[in-house]
Amino acid sequence: MSTVALALRNLLRNRRRSLTTLLAMIIGLVAVLLFGGYRSNIVHGMETGFVQASGHLQVQHTGFFLEGGDNPAAYGIANYARIIDAVQHDPMLAPMLAVVTPSLQLGGIAGNFSAGVSRTVIASGFVAEERNRMLGWNDYNVHSYARPLPLAGTSADTVVIGMGVARKLQLCGVLHVPECHSEAAAPIPTGGGAPADLIALSRQERGSAPTLAENRIEMLAATARGAPNVASLNVIEARNMGLKAIDDVYLGMHLAQAQRLIYGAAPPQVTSIQIQLQHTGQMPAARARLAELLAREFPGAPLQILDFRTLNPMFGQSIQFMNSMFGFIATLIGVIVLFTIGNTMSTAVVERTVEIGTLRAMGLRRSGIRRLFLWESALLGLIGSAGGVLLALVIAYFINHSGLEWIPPGYSYAYLILVRVWQDPALLFGSMLGLVIVTVVSAWWPANRASRMMIVDALRHV
Amino acid sequence: MVPVVLQEVNKTYHLDAVDVPALVDVSLEIRPDCFTVICGASGSGKTTLLNLIGCLDRPDRGQIVVAGRSVANMSDDELSDFRARQLGFIFQNFNLLPVLSAYENVEYPLVMMRMPAARRRARVLALLDAVGLSDRGQSRPAQLSGGQRQRVAIARALATEPQLVLADEPTANLDSQTGAAIVALMRRMQREHHASFIFSSHDPLVQAEADDVVLIRDGRITHIERATARPALDA
Repeated sequence: MSTVALALRNLLRNRRRSLTTLLAMIIGLVAVLLFGGYRSNIVHGMETGFVQASGHLQVQHTGFFLEGGDNPAAYGIANYARIIDAVQHDPMLAPMLAVVTPSLQLGGIAGNFSAGVSRTVIASGFVAEERNRMLGWNDYNVHSYARPLPLAGTSADTVVIGMGVARKLQLCGVLHVPECHSEAAAPIPTGGGAPADLIALSRQERGSAPTLAENRIEMLAATARGAPNVASLNVIEARNMGLKAIDDVYLGMHLAQAQRLIYGAAPPQVTSIQIQLQHTGQMPAARARLAELLAREFPGAPLQILDFRTLNPMFGQSIQFMNSMFGFIATLIGVIVLFTIGNTMSTAVVERTVEIGTLRAMGLRRSGIRRLFLWESALLGLIGSAGGVLLALVIAYFINHSGLEWIPPGYSYAYLILVRVWQDPALLFGSMLGLVIVTVVSAWWPANRASRMMIVDALRHV
Repeated sequence: MVPVVLQEVNKTYHLDAVDVPALVDVSLEIRPDCFTVICGASGSGKTTLLNLIGCLDRPDRGQIVVAGRSVANMSDDELSDFRARQLGFIFQNFNLLPVLSAYENVEYPLVMMRMPAARRRARVLALLDAVGLSDRGQSRPAQLSGGQRQRVAIARALATEPQLVLADEPTANLDSQTGAAIVALMRRMQREHHASFIFSSHDPLVQAEADDVVLIRDGRITHIERATARPALDA
């Protein structure tokens, strides 16, 4: 009869009490696992979204991120092709790379002047095929909302806009934008709404376009020399960009088109080189190697490396918020389990005082008594952990297949409510281990009290 | 070897502000291979004396030598190990572990001693057979009568082949017929195992079977009867 077997028999002695204690532990663990799984899904989903959109690392002109977001002319990278080539051919970086691609961000005014409307947009110029490869990154197998952009293989003037932009430019009908209440398109005004020189530029640009279609817009941007430049663009799709703030200003275009708008006939530049890795875990090594490579191959170049966490402060803030919520819930449940187990074990010690005295009289050491009660508690923890994990997995399955949705604050479309329990081994095993530790810790004091009983007092106990 | 020697042993209990002397200058020598009964009224100090001999408690003053070893300076762990190897206990309320079967109760002290399983099994079966419970080995204590439980307790006390077995009023919770059978059994086992048995008891049946009778009153030994043919003593 080993100590473990004796501990198990003692647990089975008072089944109702053991079951009540187990139930408290199981419910607590299920709550921790489900919230942890929900948190895990949000964190991994956000990370996947950011990495799909902008890669793990970006090489930018120093100062562009903080100061130069709307000034691509001053913060462009001229020799970006050489940098990309060096990165792709570096023997240490190459195995880690998924995509290395240039990107040019610019601000401007998009106008549907046939309807007499215009709005400010943030345009992103990219290589469509490479961007689509980036959008396919899904290292965590989360439910991905990214779809390839329909720009690959299209003419240089083809663009995609956010649904918010489409609504503002009154392109709802032709682009099939839902929840749209735009008025019927009005003819190009001769004055009033837009400046006369802008309308003239628009007419000039539209006149050079091969066809006049309802989905054509014009984009006005400032060139590197400060002069206005207009491009007539063919909107192929309006896409919900997820975040309303982005959806209302997004315009995606071919890199060549974006470069033509800013640099004209001058040598083209980009505002960032986006580097997507195979796995996020490779980021520190890749970053260190990239820094070394840039310093060696491009000494003195005003370049900086930024990771997606820096580029998207919302990611870190969201994780911090979710972690604090998770920590609060886990602590609360841990304290409840601590007191429940402590109470159960204290009651068991009082009830079995004579038994403790008998075992001590027979020669069991103090440590043996302590070990016996700690094992009882640990067994409760192990059984409770197993039960909690099983129940959490069953509930998670039903949640994940329920199709429940919600719209997070600031987002423009509904996300499925999903929980990643099985897919997050750190959460799963960490919570189990945490529960077992809490149960053992909570039994320590009663077990210690039992072990320090005076034998003669214990034997006299009624 | 003399199993127990006590010299000038004193023990006082402190109850709030009151000091209650339980043993006063007790000196005693227990003879080997004997059936010794400690007699006395309730509160006379016989259980305290038994607890000190059984290394369950420590004296305030005096020397106690059990199985040739002075126990005064032993650590708690040393005392535990000493009890496990040298002493057996039989309690008034049997004190069997309720979650273990009769077999497992007898086996438990041998598990603590880490005896190999085969030897353990042989010894447990022999002991259960000796106390007449070979067919009740799988029964839990709750499924046994009072007499049967005490038989299991006797087998358990003898499992490690101790030099000394201590029994605190072992027949107090048994009817007279069962009590007599238990005393006879203990006497037989004591002779077969060449162990020294020390009882605390009021029971004339126990006293009648004893080799030595120690009378205790108000914490002092008043008389030691070592004759084999002697009158029964009332507590």
